[in-house]
Amino acid sequence: MTKVTMIVNGKAVSREVPDETLLSDFLREKLRLTGTHVGCDTSQCGACVVHVNGRAVKSCSTLAVALEGAEVTTIEGLSNGELHPMQTAFNEHHGLQCGFCTPGMIMTSVDMVARYKSEGRKLTAEAIRTELEGNICRCTGYHNIVRAVEDAAGKM
Amino acid sequence: MSTGIGARVKRKEDKRFITGKGKYTDDIRGDNQAYAAFVRSPHAHARVKGIDIAAAAAMDGVIAVLDGKQLTGDGIGNIICGWAVSSKDGSPMNMGAWSALATDRVRYVGDAVAVVIAESPAEARLAAEAVEVDYEILPANAHADRALSKSAPQLHDNAPGNLIYDWEIGDGAATDKALAGAAHVTEMALTNNRLSPNAMEPRSAVAIYDASDEHYTLYTTSQNPHVARLVLSAFYQVAPENKLRVIAPDVGGGFGSKIFIYPEEITCLWASMKTNRSVKWTADRSEAFITDAHGRDHHTTAKMGFDKDGRIVGLKVDTIANLGAYMSLFSSSVPTYLYATLLSGQYNIANIHCNVRAVYTNTVPIDAYRGAGRPEACFVVERMMETAAREMGRDPAELRRLNFVQAFPHQTPVIMAYDAGDFDANLDQAMAAADVAGFAARRKEAASRGKLRGLGYSSYIEACGIAPSAAVGSLGAGVGLWESAEVRVNPVGTIEVLTGSHSHGQGHETTFAQIVAERFGIGLDAVSIVHGDTDKVQFGMGTYGSRSGAVGMSAIVKAMDKVEAKVRKIAAHVLEASEADIVIEGGQVKVAGTDKAMGWHEVGLTAYMAHNLPPDMEPGLKESAFYDPANFTFPAGTYICEVEVDPDTGETEIVQFTASDDFGTIINPMIVEGQVHGGIAQGIGQAMLEQVVYSDDGQLLTGSYMDYAMPRASDLPFFSVHNAATVCPNNPLGIKGCGEAGAIGSPPAVINAITDAIGNNNLAMPATPQAVWNAIQAAK
Ligand code: FES
Ligand code: FES
Repeated sequence: MTKVTMIVNGKAVSREVPDETLLSDFLREKLRLTGTHVGCDTSQCGACVVHVNGRAVKSCSTLAVALEGAEVTTIEGLSNGELHPMQTAFNEHHGLQCGFCTPGMIMTSVDMVARYKSEGRKLTAEAIRTELEGNICRCTGYHNIVRAVEDAAGKM
Repeated sequence: MSTGIGARVKRKEDKRFITGKGKYTDDIRGDNQAYAAFVRSPHAHARVKGIDIAAAAAMDGVIAVLDGKQLTGDGIGNIICGWAVSSKDGSPMNMGAWSALATDRVRYVGDAVAVVIAESPAEARLAAEAVEVDYEILPANAHADRALSKSAPQLHDNAPGNLIYDWEIGDGAATDKALAGAAHVTEMALTNNRLSPNAMEPRSAVAIYDASDEHYTLYTTSQNPHVARLVLSAFYQVAPENKLRVIAPDVGGGFGSKIFIYPEEITCLWASMKTNRSVKWTADRSEAFITDAHGRDHHTTAKMGFDKDGRIVGLKVDTIANLGAYMSLFSSSVPTYLYATLLSGQYNIANIHCNVRAVYTNTVPIDAYRGAGRPEACFVVERMMETAAREMGRDPAELRRLNFVQAFPHQTPVIMAYDAGDFDANLDQAMAAADVAGFAARRKEAASRGKLRGLGYSSYIEACGIAPSAAVGSLGAGVGLWESAEVRVNPVGTIEVLTGSHSHGQGHETTFAQIVAERFGIGLDAVSIVHGDTDKVQFGMGTYGSRSGAVGMSAIVKAMDKVEAKVRKIAAHVLEASEADIVIEGGQVKVAGTDKAMGWHEVGLTAYMAHNLPPDMEPGLKESAFYDPANFTFPAGTYICEVEVDPDTGETEIVQFTASDDFGTIINPMIVEGQVHGGIAQGIGQAMLEQVVYSDDGQLLTGSYMDYAMPRASDLPFFSVHNAATVCPNNPLGIKGCGEAGAIGSPPAVINAITDAIGNNNLAMPATPQAVWNAIQAAK
């Protein structure tokens, strides 16, 4: 057991957890932030993506105790009050059906757009598809997800 | 902006999903929560000689270790297949016994033999690994085509030769005769590859036993919670229905795989009672691959005969269908009544005969997966049509057109009576949208870049709106397939609709609200859709077979009719007018041609105050209805796929995918297009990427996303989706259904396009670069 303290969605939280605790378990079971989902066990599907210190990270492949002092943002903390433009775009473009992949898709996409912006690169539809390599959706065929990300990119 | 029928209303349910507030089964925690981990067979076939639980039971956190002997000893019944299909000699199907926890024999890798209940998931898993099972390994077979051979290992004593049934439909002699007289016969061997459904939310169950009341609550990832309750109660004897509440909260995709009642839910309920604890189980993805029912796995030879003018004279099909190690809930119906009845496709075919042998193998049970039998039928018919056109030197679109059914209703020789359609309209629309006229130039241009460009068609038809109860009953179904609904108008005029349909991505909270809001002239926000809880909804058959629109919404319409009749009576009474003059619009109930009116909410209030109701009228404003469809519905359309193949690598890119569908009336085009996108993606996945692979001795070789190729964003194009509809005459809204079309229509379109590009008709799914490259070499 190790005590770990991190900032989750802007609030400091401390918990004593077994060393092998994954960040996804820490968020879901210790903090009951169940918006972060687990869809696979081989780090492929991206349902679990959250932001750690501003970068998209697969929480199923990250140990909680390694994040002492880190800032973690989950889907629940992406917006305060008003929806984030990426959330709005997913609704407007019907970028979700069952919603299970959605938190991870949104967190990945927010990071993607921010990265391209900061590097001054153009985010084409093709680039969005390549960037979504680590996020699997079984419902939408990605068509509307790509459209949503394109739209949000213009508004972020 | 209109929010009624035909409006692209943004989904009401999205808010909770995009903010992380969805409530899926694994998000739920019962009081006093314990966790289950299953001990599963690592062998495809073995005798269980003994189970030693001593070491496991002594481990930290372990509450109980339970096995199949205890389970059956407590009277928990075997898992059954609920659709009786008989062999052509009249003998009943050979259903092998399937206990939720195996007692004496395991028949596939993943077959559960015991369960550990512990304080944490980690402790449960560790202890499950410590349970020692003494197996005597038996020979195993994973392949359908080998199951019938004399040397194949026998799975069930009551199924000699591993044969479940040997079934047929149609007139064999007449079909043989027609083929013998045909000017041209196309003959093909076609495999429909085995798939894993892979809803992104793994299956999960939270069972909560209340000893004081002897009552069970089950939260579960189900497409049909009432069916789950019925089966758990009537067949597995877990608890009587009035002591069992099943809740399917937000469910993260189903595609068929969450219709069935699996060993894990049964075991969790029973274990909850045994341990007097809430018991939770959530599959990890590896477990999903070895427990979720797989789909497809058909091995078919077919002959299609044509006269000298190109008209089809007969179709003869022989299929071996793999059903895995045990018969899952609807498994028997998939390769029979959901498959062979669609072999007429969109065509006028006088003679059809299909023989199906279903077999046991040492693999995960196979059952309905998006399309369920209809993709397999479509693949046979549409691969045959395209190949025949090429062999006869005819244009594949024109060959189809020549054979299209033109007049409705149309009775096929394989049970189905098509009620409406305009197949030419869909073909025309697809050809125009895909710019087929410009294809030759595009092919030439691609050739100049060293690429092979190809174009393939698929004109699909499916039977949806499952299904008229008496009709399916006569074919062996163990349930009726109607739907129910209840419309509750509250005293303030807001409305709750309780529906037996279940949404796991389909957007019912929006589309269902659209038809209710439009009907009563109130805002969309004043309507709430309630589903997925057996304590709230009176009954329901659930969501599969593209039935929620055609059947579920029809039940809502029936209930609304009753509400409207009562509203008219109340308003006529209060406003002192004749019922016939009452109109409901814009939030008001008015007397036509006068300024007499009452607000919609006033009607509700009047009904519940009951101070001034017509004589003999009961208070309240709430009506329920059961709707049993008069016929199947027949969505149809044409898909056109255009590909470019790199001849050096076999790598294939879909450069254009065009769909023209006829779904009847569309409530929300945005949602319907989304369904088509998702279906096409799964169909392209089947055609180019996905394949469940077993070793000869039954080890699953594709047990994770490292080995099973799920379609990713970069594997898929944008889809060009169009609609040319005829109205379904058999239900009040004219809806046909849209959930499965994409997965049904797309695989043959893709393979027809690739085979067109490479000039070799012989190409199996999935058309991986290696398979395509090999086919190119073979054609040289
Ligand atoms: S759960 Fe993290 S990648 Fe699948
Ligand atoms: S919306 Fe269901 S998996 Fe993406």
